[in-house]
Amino acid sequence: MNELYILFGLMIIGAIAAIEMEDLLSSVISVSAVGLGLSMAFLVLKAPDMAFTQLIVEILCLIILIRATIKKDLPFSTSGRWILNTTITIFFIVVFLGAVSLALMELPEFGHPLMKVGEIYLRDGFAQTGATNLVAAILQDYRAYDRLGEVAVLFVSFIGVLAILRREGRVSAAESKKDLI
Amino acid sequence: MILYMSCFVLFCIGLYGVMRKRNIIKIITGIIICEYAANLLFILIGYRMGGRAPILAHGTVIENMVDPLPQAVVLTTIVIGLATTIVLVTLAIRLYEKYGTFDITKIEELKG
Amino acid sequence: MKKIKEPGMSVIVKTVARLVARVMLLFGFYVVLHGQVTHGGGFAGGVVMALVFILIMLAYGKEGALRTFSRTGALTTAGIGLILLVAIAFTGYWRGHFFANFLGQGWPFEFWSAGVIPFLNIAIGLVVLGSLYGIFAALTHFHSEEEEKQ
Repeated sequence: MNELYILFGLMIIGAIAAIEMEDLLSSVISVSAVGLGLSMAFLVLKAPDMAFTQLIVEILCLIILIRATIKKDLPFSTSGRWILNTTITIFFIVVFLGAVSLALMELPEFGHPLMKVGEIYLRDGFAQTGATNLVAAILQDYRAYDRLGEVAVLFVSFIGVLAILRREGRVSAAESKKDLI
Repeated sequence: MILYMSCFVLFCIGLYGVMRKRNIIKIITGIIICEYAANLLFILIGYRMGGRAPILAHGTVIENMVDPLPQAVVLTTIVIGLATTIVLVTLAIRLYEKYGTFDITKIEELKG
Repeated sequence: MKKIKEPGMSVIVKTVARLVARVMLLFGFYVVLHGQVTHGGGFAGGVVMALVFILIMLAYGKEGALRTFSRTGALTTAGIGLILLVAIAFTGYWRGHFFANFLGQGWPFEFWSAGVIPFLNIAIGLVVLGSLYGIFAALTHFHSEEEEKQ
């Protein structure tokens, strides 16, 4: 699993660069590099479905974030309660890491998963649904409610974006019909 | 164990970005990094040593497949993360148009 | 004398976009249809198809893309996909329960192997195509309005 260590190291470096870079455009491109590293890590971990989806979603995310940040740079402001903010942040991170170290005892060891439900899906999935891709069999047959909810969330976000971007102070009904979306 | 820990380190970097930075785009960046770390942890838990991808092939029997359930859950998570990111970016653009800045402390001062 | 600025990017980008767009659309459709046999599926294929129209919008400018696929069309596409998804789910009551696989299984490892799953994939792909393209068109519309005001 040596390639995973290299990928994780690159992802952590990219994440630090994304948070600490002063230029907004560089920051957005760094976070996209983290996403591409994640896609490669999925491929190494034998999840081709996830790798493909993550790669495509990352490109879309990059385009939308660049659209948002282009020509809108502003200098860093680190004035104000610098010490208090940093102390509170480090306190929260330490609390989080303490909880994590408790939770790490309960997690199964890497490479030996608990497959109580997964075994049943692997054994019966092909006979019951006929789909060769077992991830698709789970998503569209066994757990189709998940899929319905996910698609509904995407549609609702579309409606929400239209509602957020709507112009206020509309005069007449005819004009409102014209720029409905 | 080192792999799990580096996953949590990635989450902590995102958490630091969310809590410490004042720029809205930086906060969105932190949220995206947290989301990546959570997805990665799910797939890491489902991995089996020397496993194969959960796709059947014609004519051959594939033994020792990885757990397909975390992969299905993560596919849902990626979609919802994309929807959340889009709504956040839209809100940031709208705030920039109203106040002319991405700095949350200045937005607090302006009020209304 | 100042030259009038054409909308969109340079000639090279426009030509490549025109050549690549149809192939990309075909690839997206392939990914949607073969979600049950190989990796991919409704969401990934839908995003690929939305990226085709986003590419056209980036290369040719707002007007050129909206002639191909209007914003009302995007909303209609997403709505049709969602209605199709719920209709397939309700047809499952014919065989017992919500989301039941009411079609036969067919031949394994072929396209017609998983009953209702390809149709669910098509519906999901339509919703994703309409939603993401509509979001990007709305953002671009807002962006250009903001530039006009300055």
